[in-house]
Amino acid sequence: MSQTAPASKPRVALFVTCLVDLHRPTIGFAAIRLLERAGCQVEVPRAQTCCGQPAYNTGDRATTRDLAMGILDAFGGYDYVVVPSGSCGGMLRHHLPHLFDDDPNIKARAEALAAKTYELIGFLTDVMGVTEVQAAYPGTVTYHDSCSGLRELGLKQQPRRLLAGVAGLKLTEMTDPEVCCGFGGTFCVKYPEISVRMVSDKTRDIAATGADTLLAGDLGCLLNMAGRLKREGSPVKVRHVAEVLAGMTNDVPPIGEGRG
Amino acid sequence: MSKDAILGEIRRGLKRGPLPEDQAMALRARLAAHPRHLIPARSRVPRPEQLALFVRNVEKEYGTVAHVAGLADVPAAIADYLAAQNLPTDFAMAPHPELQALPWHLRPMLQMRVGRAQPTDLVSVQHGYAAVAETGTLVLPAAPERPTTLNLLSDTAIVVLRASRVVGAYEEAWDLLRAERNDPVSNGFMPRNVMLVTGPSRSADIESTLELGAHGPRRLHVVLVDDDPAAS
Amino acid sequence: MLATSPAFKENATQALANAGLQKALTRTRPQHPAKRAAAVAALPEFEQLRDIGRDIKNHTIAHLDFYLETWAGNVERAGGKVHWCSTADDARAAVLEICNRVNAKTVTKGKSMISEELGINEHLEQHGITPVETDLGEYILQLRHEPPSHIIGPAFHLNREDWEESFRKAHTDLPADRVFHERRDIMSEARNELRAKFLAADVGITGANFLIAETGSSVIVTNEGNGDLTQTLPRVHIVLASIEKMVPTLEDATSLLRLLARSATGQDFSVYTTFSTGIRRPGDLDGPEEYHVVLVDNGRSAMVGTEFQDMLRCIRCSACMNHCPVYFSVGGHSYGWVYPGPMGAVLTPSLIGIDKAGHLPNASTFCGKCESVCPVKIPLPMLMRHWREREFERHLTPKAVRSNLALWAWFARRPGLYRVATRAAAAMLGWMGRRKGRFHSLPLAGGWTDGRDLPAPEGDTFFARYAREQRAGRV
Repeated sequence: MSQTAPASKPRVALFVTCLVDLHRPTIGFAAIRLLERAGCQVEVPRAQTCCGQPAYNTGDRATTRDLAMGILDAFGGYDYVVVPSGSCGGMLRHHLPHLFDDDPNIKARAEALAAKTYELIGFLTDVMGVTEVQAAYPGTVTYHDSCSGLRELGLKQQPRRLLAGVAGLKLTEMTDPEVCCGFGGTFCVKYPEISVRMVSDKTRDIAATGADTLLAGDLGCLLNMAGRLKREGSPVKVRHVAEVLAGMTNDVPPIGEGRG
Repeated sequence: MSKDAILGEIRRGLKRGPLPEDQAMALRARLAAHPRHLIPARSRVPRPEQLALFVRNVEKEYGTVAHVAGLADVPAAIADYLAAQNLPTDFAMAPHPELQALPWHLRPMLQMRVGRAQPTDLVSVQHGYAAVAETGTLVLPAAPERPTTLNLLSDTAIVVLRASRVVGAYEEAWDLLRAERNDPVSNGFMPRNVMLVTGPSRSADIESTLELGAHGPRRLHVVLVDDDPAAS
Repeated sequence: MLATSPAFKENATQALANAGLQKALTRTRPQHPAKRAAAVAALPEFEQLRDIGRDIKNHTIAHLDFYLETWAGNVERAGGKVHWCSTADDARAAVLEICNRVNAKTVTKGKSMISEELGINEHLEQHGITPVETDLGEYILQLRHEPPSHIIGPAFHLNREDWEESFRKAHTDLPADRVFHERRDIMSEARNELRAKFLAADVGITGANFLIAETGSSVIVTNEGNGDLTQTLPRVHIVLASIEKMVPTLEDATSLLRLLARSATGQDFSVYTTFSTGIRRPGDLDGPEEYHVVLVDNGRSAMVGTEFQDMLRCIRCSACMNHCPVYFSVGGHSYGWVYPGPMGAVLTPSLIGIDKAGHLPNASTFCGKCESVCPVKIPLPMLMRHWREREFERHLTPKAVRSNLALWAWFARRPGLYRVATRAAAAMLGWMGRRKGRFHSLPLAGGWTDGRDLPAPEGDTFFARYAREQRAGRV
C-alpha cells in the first residue's frame, strides 16, 4: 500500500455507526484494517451508539442534542474521527454544530469535531493519501453514490479510484448512479410504497449494467437495495465497498445472502 | 389597511420599525446606481465575435438571420425571404420612421399596412430597438412607432435590426434605454412594456415535446443591417 | 383551492397505480435534468450566479418593506394601481371589484400559480364572469377541471390521447371525425380556439415572475406568447403577484433571469421575457388602458424572521421537482395543493398549515438533489426538517413514531444498556436468518417487507465481536 502518512501515526477514532454495529460488523473490521494499513492507530470509543439521525430527521432536536453531547465527550480527544458511512459522516460533519447554535461553547467543540470527522473512503484518499489497496475481487461491480456522501461530503471519484486498483475488478457505471435509492432512513418505512418504487427504479438501473456485484458506502442504502434485489430474485451480490477494498469478501456472505 | 398590516408584519419579522433614514438613503443610492453583478464572459468579446454570437444564438433558438449591407437593401431581403418561405407579400409594419424611409418602391410587389398588428395578419415587420448577443435576444420596447402586437399576432415576425444596436449583455441594453428614453407618463425611462424576444413562440406542454408557434409567431426572422464599421 | 394534502399517502398509492400518469412521468423524468445540465455546462459562471441570486434575494427580503413601498410609488407614477391584499379573500375581492367595474364578461389568463393559490377562476365563475386559461397546459386542465401537477409544465401528466379526447369533447363546432396527425395539430387547434378568446376578453390576468422596485415593473417569462397576448389585447391588465417577487433593480432581475430559464427548462433564456410598467402611453397603438397589481401576502410576511425565511427566495423555476425522485414517483397531484415537490413541501405548510400539510415535509429521503440544483440555494431539506421539528413540538408526529423513537432514544442515550439490547436483537435475528440470509416477512416490519426482503444481520454486534477480538489480543 502506498501512502504519505505523517511520521507519527495519527490516532483515529472509529465511529462504527449503529447499523454496522447491529447488522454487519464486518464493515467495521474492514474499516479498521484499511485504516491500519494506511498507517493509523485505530481506537473504538466504547461510549458510542448512534449519530442521532433517526431523532434529528424526525424533528426531535432534544434527543439529537443529547446524543450529540455524548459523541462530543467520547470522540473529542482524537486526531480524527472516521465513519464507514457518508450519511452518519455528514451528520457529524455538517449538522452537529448547528444543533448548538444557541451555545457558543458547545458549538465550538462541535465545530472542532466536525472539522476532523471524515467518511472512511474519503479519509483514506484525501487525508492519508492512499492510492492503492491490497485486494482482489474477480467480477464486474457497479457503484451506487449514496446521497449524503455525494452531496454533503463530495465523495464521487474517491471510491472509484481505489476500486480501480483492486485486482480482477471491473467497474461498470449505472445510467444514473447518483439518484437516491429510496432508503432515506425512516422514510423507507413511513412511505414504503414510494420507497419501493424508488428502489425498483434503482434495481432496474443496476440490472441494466450487467454487473454481478453492487457496491456502495452506506449500509442503509445497501440493505434497501439488497432487500429489493433479493425480492426480485436477482443474483446480484451486494457489499459495502470497504469489504472489497479490505479484501474481506471471504469473511462474510454478501448482504442478504445466507451461509447455507 | 392591508398595506399597513403587510408592512407591519414584515417589520415584525425583521425585528425593526420603518427603515432608519440613513439605511433608506443607502438603498436609494443603490437603486440610483443600479450596480451590475457578474456578466458572463461569453459576451465580453471583440465586436465581430459579439455579432457572430448574436447570430449563432438566434439560430440556436430556431430563428433565422439575413445579413444586408445597408438599410436600402432591406426591402429586397424581405421580399426574398417571403418568396423563399412561400409567404404572402402583404404585411403589417411598425410606423417607425426608419422603416417608413426605406426604398420600398424597389420592390413594388410588397404591400404593407402601417400600424399595429391585426389578428388576421400573417406577416409583420417590426423595428428592432436593440439586441443582446449573450442569448440572441431582441429588445423591443413599446412605443407609438413600435406597437407590441407586431411581436405577437402574426404567424411570421420579421425584425429589422441595425448591427450597431447589438450589445453584449442585457445590462447594456438597459443602459441604452436609460440614456435614450424619457417616459412622458412616469418621467422614468421604462416604456409601458419591454419585450425581450428569444426565438419564435413555442410550447412543450403536449407530452413534453417542443413545438414552435404556440400562440405567437412560429417563425422569427431577423434582417440584420451591417451598419457597424467595427463589426467586420 | 381545497387541499387534499392530508391524504398524501392515499393520493400516492393511487398515483403509483395510475398507468397513464406513470407513462407520462417515465417519459418526462430524464428530460429536465439533461437539459438543465447542458445549459449549466454552457455557462461557466453558473455557480457564481447562484450565489449572486441568493444574495440579491436575501438583500431584498431584509429590506422588503422599503422596496415594496418604493415599487408601489413607481407603479403609480406610471399610471398603475397597487391593491395591497393581506389575505386570499382580499385578493379575490380586489380582482372581482376591478372586473365588475369594467363590466367584464370574459377574462383571459396567463399562467399564474398564485391564481391557483387564490382560486381566482372559481371566484370569477361564481360571479358570472368567464375565466379563460390561455397557457396551452392550463387550457386543457381547465377543460378537464384538473389542477396543475407542475408549476411550469402544468399538464405534463397527460398523454396525447388525453389531449385528443378533451379537445373533441370541448370543441364541438369542429368536425367530429377530424384527425390529429401530429402534436402540432393539437396545438394549432388550441391556437385557433384561443385567438377569438384573446380578442374578446375585457380583462387580462397574468402572474409575475419579478416585481422591480427601481421602475415599478412586473415581469413575466413565457415561451408561448399567451401571457403577452393576455396583457396586451384587453383594455385592463391585472397582475397577480405575491410580495416575495420583489427585486430592487433591472440589473438584479437580469442576474436572476440568467438563472431562471436554465434552471427551469434548460433554455438559456425564455422566448418572451416581458417587463410591464403602467398603462398605455400617449400615442401607443396597443396595450391596456388600466394596469393593476393585486399584491398578495397570504401568509408570506409571517415567514419573515422565521426559520422558513429562506423559502421566500424561491423564483418558482421547478428545478427542485424536476430532479426529485419522490415527485417523479407520485406526480404533482399527490401533494394535494398548488405547489408540489420539494419547494411545495416547504411552502405549503407555511400557507395552509402544518396540521394539513404534515406529510409533505416528511415524504422526502433528504437526498439533497433539490438543494444542489436550486438557483437561489434554498436549503430545502433543512427547511423540511424544520417542519418536522415543528410537528414534533406540536405533537403532530404520529404516536407510533414518537413512542418507537422514545424507546430507541432511551437506549441510545445509555451505551451500556444499548450494547445489551442490540446484542440480543442481533443475535436473535442473525440466528433466525442464518440460512437464507434474509427475511421475506417479519412481525412489525411490514413497511419494509411488503416490497423488499429484509437482509438478516450477521448475528454478532460489532462491539461484542470487537470485545472478543480485544481479549484475544487480535485488535
